[in-house]
Amino acid sequence: MTVEFSPQAKREFKKTLARYPHKEAALLPVLHLAQREFGVLSDEVLEQVAELMDLPFSRVKGVVSFYTLYNTREVGRHVIRICHTLSCALNGGEEVIEHIKKRLHIEVGETTPDKKFTLLECECLGSCNTAPVMQISDRYYENLTLQQVDQILDSLE
Amino acid sequence: MEDKILLKYIDVPDIQKIKVYQKHDGYQGLAKALKKHKPDEIIELVKASGLRGRGGAGFPAGLKWSFVPKDSGKDVYLCCNADEGEPGTFKDRLLMEKNPHQLIEGIAITAYAVNCHQAYIYIRGEFSQAMKVLEQAIAEAYEHNYLGKNILKQGFHLELSLHPGAGSYIAGEETGLLESLEGKRAEPRLKPPFPASVGLFKGPTVINNVETLSNVPHIIMRGPEWFKGFGTEKSTGTKLFCLSGHINKPGVYELPMGIPLKELIFNYGGGIIGGRKLKAVIPGGSSTPVLTADQVDVAMDFESIQAAGSMLGSAGVIVMDETTCMVDALANLTRFYSHESCGQCTPCREGVSWMAKIVRRIEDGKGLEGDLELLLDICDNISFKTLCPMGDAAIGPVVSFITKFRSEFEDHIRQGRCPIEKDKSIKVRG
Repeated sequence: MTVEFSPQAKREFKKTLARYPHKEAALLPVLHLAQREFGVLSDEVLEQVAELMDLPFSRVKGVVSFYTLYNTREVGRHVIRICHTLSCALNGGEEVIEHIKKRLHIEVGETTPDKKFTLLECECLGSCNTAPVMQISDRYYENLTLQQVDQILDSLE
Repeated sequence: MEDKILLKYIDVPDIQKIKVYQKHDGYQGLAKALKKHKPDEIIELVKASGLRGRGGAGFPAGLKWSFVPKDSGKDVYLCCNADEGEPGTFKDRLLMEKNPHQLIEGIAITAYAVNCHQAYIYIRGEFSQAMKVLEQAIAEAYEHNYLGKNILKQGFHLELSLHPGAGSYIAGEETGLLESLEGKRAEPRLKPPFPASVGLFKGPTVINNVETLSNVPHIIMRGPEWFKGFGTEKSTGTKLFCLSGHINKPGVYELPMGIPLKELIFNYGGGIIGGRKLKAVIPGGSSTPVLTADQVDVAMDFESIQAAGSMLGSAGVIVMDETTCMVDALANLTRFYSHESCGQCTPCREGVSWMAKIVRRIEDGKGLEGDLELLLDICDNISFKTLCPMGDAAIGPVVSFITKFRSEFEDHIRQGRCPIEKDKSIKVRG
């Protein structure tokens, strides 16, 4: 299967390039764009990105492996990132993680069989005043209680 | 006397919108800078204000700008460091989400001062909301000619773009940030050359924190003497203090530099949850050495905290009460640093992950006789032996936790278990 950016994504690609004096500098935002487009940054997708960016595949792959927000494996429709750094841990972050693991019957790093949720731990989300905190897709959920976690998970399609 | 600078208008409805911002002195600083001052005069004003970098190191901002060579013949770049990732710190996100134009104005003035025509905001990839707000605000600023060509008809030209990160603590280190902005792994560079001479795309580059830049319009509008009316002699202005942990009223508090830590915790922060006793405080983000409960009389400015053996850092104040297991807390921090090491330098890559494993085994009751000496020895072998400050950031908590809470670590090793009753510790609130 070959992957192909949509016309709209191609337009966004061009707009992104225009922000930099060197094409290579656009790699991080272009990878974000590819992830929005294809969900997972598979090797096929990365080959496509490498071609568009005039970069060797290995160079693109090396960048992807450095950062935590790029998905190189299949993920669920909702990626749950729970902060497990100190301020959240002091306010029950571990308890929230254990609760979600039990509720979804998965370990950290796994995806539910129905491909609805992927559970990840992440480092400080910069919202320590509202600990414990988790991010699902683009949204922050703050001051979590176990009850709220249940409601949030129930509310997602 | 008014007591706020950066958060003065934070509660004004729709202050994110340019029309509302303009009604609250918005872009007056930029207009004044372009119409009444030469670039060098801006640098002198900021130098005179004593403004120091708010990202952690506290380097004088005006002095940093003055290092940019005037005649390099290369394009000069300005990078706003919005990669706020130091655990315990959450002030830049607030500034971006609540008052984006204040930051954009600060960037425009700073760019004018250093003769830069292309600026970037390097923002954490996680900060989706702040990105949305900033994108909107940047578009508005272009529409109103505060960005773009011939700004306010004064002949100055500036392009400003957002650059999203992708999840990496070390991208907040200034040269790691430059690598990441160039589309690479955020592996810090060897210094010298310093970014002021060879930075982004090999051009002279200024990198400043969000809070630092947000102060600039006010200094230009009101003058350095007014700014120096806040804070202490050497730490001027206000500071955004981030309170988190076992505290009744966590949040961001803008207060003059030099406010006693005790007042911050017990007055502004409403004291410790559940009326418990204070045990320890990390005063400036997770990398700064921990303070004990009897050190909280310290004033929160660069010099006073340094004299007390720690650092103001990013002013991320993490409060820990008497139920906290210090070994567990340290295990959390060392895990963080081992995860975030970029892996270039052996002492940091290997040393920090060893430290994380050893502290974890002590907490799990498997600590060995001599583990504390081993940990301190590893710290010694990391200190000043890495390209960037990350190695030293990782050992800050290790040395201070072991030194100040040694008996607690020894109890863990001797008893072969964690002696702190975990069921007494704070659980999820509410």
